[in-house]
Amino acid sequence: MTLHAVLIVAALMFCIGLFGVLTRRSLVSVVLSVELMANAANINLVAFSRFGNHPWGQAMALFAIALTVAEVVVGLALVILIARTHGSTDADVPSALKG
Amino acid sequence: MIPFAVASLVLLGSGVMAVRTRDLVHAVLWLGLALVATAGIYVTMDAGFMAAIQVLLYTGGIVTLMLFAVMLARPDAEAAPNGQLRAALAVAAVFAGVVSVVLRSPDATTGAHIETQVLGAVILNQLALPFEVLSALLLVAMIGAIVLARKKDA
Repeated sequence: MTLHAVLIVAALMFCIGLFGVLTRRSLVSVVLSVELMANAANINLVAFSRFGNHPWGQAMALFAIALTVAEVVVGLALVILIARTHGSTDADVPSALKG
Repeated sequence: MIPFAVASLVLLGSGVMAVRTRDLVHAVLWLGLALVATAGIYVTMDAGFMAAIQVLLYTGGIVTLMLFAVMLARPDAEAAPNGQLRAALAVAAVFAGVVSVVLRSPDATTGAHIETQVLGAVILNQLALPFEVLSALLLVAMIGAIVLARKKDA
């Protein structure tokens, strides 16, 4: 296992998540795809930590996990709020903020 | 190498399934499998503590949270995904760009094991301030989520 192998797997993971963000219609699945992308970034951080022999990479990955949890909590609260006010979780529905 | 390859295949396969599955509950479960496979990759990279945190926080916390959100929001059947071809082209371009940058950078084959004690010392010494800020952020996120998702006049 080399650094490049890990980085390429993480890049693939990131691209799968990006594809989900771009194509999925339900807000819950958009949040889910963002999760996959954040996860790919964490894999990179841990890989740099291992192959660069520095603990800060893992520390950053830990902080990133906590940040992602905060993001998901607020994101899902927004999804529930939108589902309640618009009666749908389709990503195209909440266009009320359009000028 | 073989454990890493197996974990990577499981990760990528479940990632694709999570993005492609229409049924939201199944998609969230595939996401859970992808997160567990990520923990497996951490184990192959000698990062046992990260793997434990990944399983506890991500798989235990986020998947449960998302299942709750799916059930609370009661989403109707998801509409067909839009713009798949354009999205695939854009994603392929992003991937090609990332891979070209990766392959031009120096590779590394030998890794070092990072002791959990060292990690803990780093977090609680040099990174103590970000650590505390992060706990404040989590508190703010929790309060914000309660305020947002609370029913009005309840």
